Amino acid sequence: MLNLTKKEISERSALRVNPCKTCQPVGAIYAALGVHKCMPHSHGSQGCVSYHRTFLTRHFKEPAIASTSSFTEGASVFGGGSNLRTGVKNVFDIYNPDIIAVHTTCLSETIGDDLNAYIQEMDVPEGKLVIHANTPSYVGSHIFGFYNMMAGFINYLSKSTGKSNGKTAIFPGFVNPGDIKELKKIANYMKVPFTMFPDQSGVMDVPMTGDYSMYPKGGTRIPEIVGLGDCKMVLALGELTSEEPASLLERKCKVPYTLLPLPIGIEATDRFVMELAQLSNEEVPYELEEERGQLVDIMLDAHAYFYNKTVAIFGDPDTVLGLTRMVLEMGMIPKYVLTGTPGDNFVRLAEKIFEQYGVEGCTAKAAGDLFELHQWIKNEKVDLMIGTSYGKSIARVEDIPFVRVGFPILDRYAHSYFPIVGYKGALRLVEKISEALMERQDRTCSDEDFEMVM
Amino acid sequence: MNVRNIVLDKYGAKVYKNRKEHIIEINEETKQQPIAANTRSIPGIMTNRGCCYAGCKGVVLGPLKDVLVLTHGPIGCGFYSWGTRRNKAKPQDGRNFIEYCFSTDLQESDIVFGGEKKLRQAIKEAIEIFNPKCIMICSTCPVGLIGDDIHAVAAETEREYGISCMAFSCEGYKGVSQSGGHHIANNTLMKKVIGTGDAEPTKKFTINILGEYNIGGDGWEVERILKRIGYEIITIFTGNGSYETMKNAHMANLNIVQCHRSINYIAEMMKTKYGVDWIKVNFIGLDAIKQSLRDMATYFGDKELMERTEAVIADELANIAEEKEYYYSKLKGKTAAIYVGGSRSHHYQNLLADFGVKTVLAGYEFAHRDDYEGREVIPTIKEDADSKNIEHLEVTKDEQKYHAYLTEEQYEELKTKIPLEQYGGMIKTMDDNSIVVDDLNHFETEEFVKLLKPDMFFSGIKDKYVLQKAGVYSKQLHSYDYSGPYAGFNGAINFARDVTMGLYTPAWGLVTPPWKNKSTLKAKLVGGEE
Repeated sequence: MLNLTKKEISERSALRVNPCKTCQPVGAIYAALGVHKCMPHSHGSQGCVSYHRTFLTRHFKEPAIASTSSFTEGASVFGGGSNLRTGVKNVFDIYNPDIIAVHTTCLSETIGDDLNAYIQEMDVPEGKLVIHANTPSYVGSHIFGFYNMMAGFINYLSKSTGKSNGKTAIFPGFVNPGDIKELKKIANYMKVPFTMFPDQSGVMDVPMTGDYSMYPKGGTRIPEIVGLGDCKMVLALGELTSEEPASLLERKCKVPYTLLPLPIGIEATDRFVMELAQLSNEEVPYELEEERGQLVDIMLDAHAYFYNKTVAIFGDPDTVLGLTRMVLEMGMIPKYVLTGTPGDNFVRLAEKIFEQYGVEGCTAKAAGDLFELHQWIKNEKVDLMIGTSYGKSIARVEDIPFVRVGFPILDRYAHSYFPIVGYKGALRLVEKISEALMERQDRTCSDEDFEMVM
Repeated sequence: MNVRNIVLDKYGAKVYKNRKEHIIEINEETKQQPIAANTRSIPGIMTNRGCCYAGCKGVVLGPLKDVLVLTHGPIGCGFYSWGTRRNKAKPQDGRNFIEYCFSTDLQESDIVFGGEKKLRQAIKEAIEIFNPKCIMICSTCPVGLIGDDIHAVAAETEREYGISCMAFSCEGYKGVSQSGGHHIANNTLMKKVIGTGDAEPTKKFTINILGEYNIGGDGWEVERILKRIGYEIITIFTGNGSYETMKNAHMANLNIVQCHRSINYIAEMMKTKYGVDWIKVNFIGLDAIKQSLRDMATYFGDKELMERTEAVIADELANIAEEKEYYYSKLKGKTAAIYVGGSRSHHYQNLLADFGVKTVLAGYEFAHRDDYEGREVIPTIKEDADSKNIEHLEVTKDEQKYHAYLTEEQYEELKTKIPLEQYGGMIKTMDDNSIVVDDLNHFETEEFVKLLKPDMFFSGIKDKYVLQKAGVYSKQLHSYDYSGPYAGFNGAINFARDVTMGLYTPAWGLVTPPWKNKSTLKAKLVGGEE
């Protein structure tokens, strides 16, 4: 497996091998699925949306709906206006959503379709809405698509009436439904009235009832998105994922925002909790203090299995930064930290974290790929890998314990139901990391070293 | 009850007018009618179809284990087609390119200023690092629009580096589905690969397997059986396939065609150019396998081969007899719906019938009319703007390499006995009142399930969980839900085992919590009663 990957690293300026990112539209669809009764619509040829639905379904093991403008060559030459008009009409007729969230593809972007103009001129049924976001696949990654679609909703819908609704908006970042539930739980503990946007919980984790519903109960409601303009403030989680929509809302509706790291690990979760405490002026309830204490307890109990172990972490930028902080809290060394998503801030933030914990010899890279990560590992091995399913081949061939975290996880079940954020999420990560390391020890140690109690 | 009309009636006038041509409720009269296929999907309809690139790179070229397939475009297309189709492969030298995803990851400036320079550089880097003997370049939507000349870059690569390099203009927007991409891939393989090798076969009865992509190891199971009988397989298009063996494809006596939709072009062209005959086979379903093996033996007309064929059939059937009986008892009387690909929905009906399961609805994602109605309708298929955009390759007889196994008289005689250059299409074999739908969409899937209440639905990942949530056991026939093989005698048992597991999993009986005395189910639960 991966026999063609050599240790010698050669300079590559054009060839991408085994990417650690994908294109904007899939992120846009995921954001739109976090809005109640919303149909994501892909403006381009139908292959894109087929790939995106497939990919989201494989990660969540849930239906991922999205329609398409079904371009063929004609539309590619003459423009996609008529495809969009027909598409929107059919979507409202047949699937009856409350809102259609259109995103572009590299096809419609390259021919320069003016979505804004198309939508302004379109007949939209009474009480229904159409919004759009530009998501060219040749810029950024799926993370860009995710926040661009959030910005699309804000741009079209959010309004400031001049009267505060007393709520705090929470932008959860690119996370799983299980994470969003955990964030909501913490906000409720802290008695902060909030709007979660987007909110894929209750949409991409639907219970089995024997009755399929195209629009499940969950998702941010449209009036809540309109009301974002009247929120007291925004807690934007994920420094590289949530700033863009938060900054747009500030510019548009004068809602201030606080940018926080994704609350992975103790310190980042503390910061989230402290922000909430300031907002509500409430004491932190014992339930949270208990969770935190249990987490620290377990980290200390198991420290011998973590201390000075080297880790390679890869995936989406804010997830990777969060995991980096957390493994440092556990005494591990984040030897290689890599995201496919481009952006200089990632490296800057990662290096700041290295500095904070006084670790040296760690490498951070944005716009990298897994081929390069593998080459680094071939040159200097790590004790653990944490990342998406696409790391499994490296883990297998280099014989490294592997913990699946992030997006996408295509080869395991139930992961999206459980959080990695908050103290509970960190506790789960500690469990997963210790399982991987200790299971490895059990499997490979000699008979005389095989322990019943560890 | 006319199920077809009930579903169609829910559409507005325009969509109704379009979709009614694609849906047939089978009876004596409708069996003779043409079905609309291989036409554009309607914008706004949630179709399950993919694109030209998906057909070219994802289906046909992707499985080639010794080829570095480079996606020229932004990152998404390459990323999604990486390791997601189950093309199992065992490379001879341990060098397996399928484990890698290669892309030029085009950025905005490349779109503005052109991507050729980056493509050239990527090829240079790929050769330096990976040293492939063959590179195939696949273009994506924006590349076609900005006009990068990938064919010129390929020719330049061949000159400069002395390796084989081919370009495929398979931009996603071409044609109406994956089908156009299959065609583009096959045309180039015909032009640039087949016939360039000179490795002589070592055995008497030589074949190529066409349209077998080794999903779940199907190709290996078919190979096992054919080798037992005594055939030499020159190459497989393209499951566990290689550039190296494809070059010698013209040396074979006979092409056997499994998925005719994706590859009938190659079969036809090889017949014209090299005199290699082709027959339609199906290794899915016990009766179908037996028939296919006997047809092959009949083609070669060799007494020993025929005897060997019968002996292998008897032995293989004896091996699975007990299990077959068991699974038949578990599955008989159930009903199924199938919606996949461009041949599979037909092939799997045979296999289901072996276990007493009746197909009540079947449809193809990207088929053409001949897949539904039989090859004889090809001359009557009207060309439209979308199909005209896909290059049609004219080939002529290669005087030096042309070889025919049969004399013309023998050929004419055999034509009446075995499916030489022939396949009958799906509709002819389906029962009255069953439904055939082309490009079945999400809305129709939901509606037909409510009306037909099938026990199981064979489909793809995009609708799998829609169906399961509605209480219908659903299995992916694109990926076999990561099981398989389902081809061949042993494969049939694997399939029956998996379906039985799916239907009889105890959790189906636990869907309704005890505190809900009133069931809210819309469809019959698979393992239970109505």
